[in-house]
Amino acid sequence: MNRLAQEHVLDVQGVAMTFGGLMALSNLNFQVKKGTIKAVIGPNGAGKTTLFNIITGSFPPTKGTVKFKDEPIENLKAHKIADRGISRTFQTIELFSNMTVLENVMMGCHTCVRTSFLSSGLKLPRSHRKETEILDRAMKVLRFIGLGEKINEPADSLALGEQKILEIGRALASEPELVCLDEPAAGLNETETHVASSLIKAINAKGITVLLVEHDMKVVMNISDEILVLNYGQKIAEGTPEGIRNNPRVIEAYLGGEA
Amino acid sequence: MLQIAKLPIAIFAALIITFPWMAHQIPVIDHYADIMVFVGIYCLITIGLSLLMGYAGQISVGHAAFFGIGAYVSGILTTNYGLNPWICMIIAMLITAVIALLVGAPSLKLKGHYLAMATLAFGIIIFIIFNEEIEWTGGPDGMPGIPGLSLFGFKFDSVDKYYYLVWAFVLAAFIFTANIIQSDAGRALRAIHTSEPAASAMGVDIAKFKIIVFVYSAVLASLAGSLYAHYLNFINPSTFDLFFSIKLLIMIALGGMHNIWGAIIGALLITFLSYEWLHYFEEFEVIVYGAILLLVTIFLPNGLVGVPEMLKSWVRRKN
Repeated sequence: MNRLAQEHVLDVQGVAMTFGGLMALSNLNFQVKKGTIKAVIGPNGAGKTTLFNIITGSFPPTKGTVKFKDEPIENLKAHKIADRGISRTFQTIELFSNMTVLENVMMGCHTCVRTSFLSSGLKLPRSHRKETEILDRAMKVLRFIGLGEKINEPADSLALGEQKILEIGRALASEPELVCLDEPAAGLNETETHVASSLIKAINAKGITVLLVEHDMKVVMNISDEILVLNYGQKIAEGTPEGIRNNPRVIEAYLGGEA
Repeated sequence: MLQIAKLPIAIFAALIITFPWMAHQIPVIDHYADIMVFVGIYCLITIGLSLLMGYAGQISVGHAAFFGIGAYVSGILTTNYGLNPWICMIIAMLITAVIALLVGAPSLKLKGHYLAMATLAFGIIIFIIFNEEIEWTGGPDGMPGIPGLSLFGFKFDSVDKYYYLVWAFVLAAFIFTANIIQSDAGRALRAIHTSEPAASAMGVDIAKFKIIVFVYSAVLASLAGSLYAHYLNFINPSTFDLFFSIKLLIMIALGGMHNIWGAIIGALLITFLSYEWLHYFEEFEVIVYGAILLLVTIFLPNGLVGVPEMLKSWVRRKN
């Protein structure tokens, strides 16, 4: 890792989230270095998805700040955060099921290339040019993720593994600096998991920072540069895969035992 | 990619252009051109509603109100102040846009049934205003003496002339809307319909898109209202009641709201049913509409435009 890569893309400081009386996250601090893959793990209910939802703007945190490239984003709406360069996938697949594979990825381009209602309606040359640009970008992404042959199929006709890949592709179409992947390997068989892991590595090789939540430890240990472990909304460990594997607190959280 | 084929549009345009001539050849349907004027006026509303409900997935049970606002603003400004009807038409659309913005901004945050209730209430309020503000609207007796339309000395004073005027507007609205559907904006609307969280994660400003489509559909309804007022030269509140809002929904449900052609087909069938074919049923007419809505929701969730697709998959299953 060179010097440049040490720069933080994401800086989470003192983030807390309460739902009613329930403390989902408390005083969470961590950073994500530029160009790395960071995994967030923890038992069910540890607050991983809550953390993702805060970073991507589904709701603001009760307390604390989230900085993306040194600018606070914790109070921005989801679409504004997407515009800044953070894209995401969802734990339960949220593809646009009424669209084709190609259209799903084209939708992902919305942050970079968009047309106004009026110029689309009047079909001004400008909107036509933009549509061609969107199409080119989407095709590039589809070839990269290996779905170039299935562009005209309805998104919901794909196998689960391909749907997960397509969601990642859709997230890439916006040319983000940070992608947040919520359980990219959930429900996949071994081959599909392998495909997904290679894809995540390939994305990272392009210089895109990756933050992921994942339960499959093989995937996590295999691809992450750093791991953050949450339990009951608190950070219990952070470090390299090697360090986490041997951390007694992590083992305890996962296997149970006296706290 | 979603593409709306150009050939059917060309064929449809050709049919519309030749229709009055064809109708005049057959005495029994000679008056159909007159009914087709109303079909065109309703098409303007259903095209906007199709974009709002079918593509963006937002329910409105209050579009009769926007239709009425268009008609009454045109009526009041032309008869009381003698303004040029075309200018009144534009003023009506602007007023409607502002009202739709004010009503839509809070309402569109609501979902499903609640949005339906909010637009329903709005429709009822406007209907009451048409009835009660007698000084302005003439109340339940209606408003007579609304002038016809003319352009550079050319008077749209016959059924056929008005027919072509209305259908020119319909064609323009159809093409404008079809262009939107096939663009990035149209994709964003369909995205909102399927998954709001995913759409906003793709950078879609959901609130903005919903408002724009709501205002657009309201403005089209207002234009339809102005054209209606200048055609009949007389308006009264009962045209713009709750039942008309529901009739509009039956139109797009019957035609198929997930397809812009459904808006045209639905408006065509329901208008002919109510102006011509259902006279036989007299006051039981309402029951027929109820039956249509019931049958369509149960057996044809994608409306009449969905029938070919249903047959295809049925044949595939049989083989």
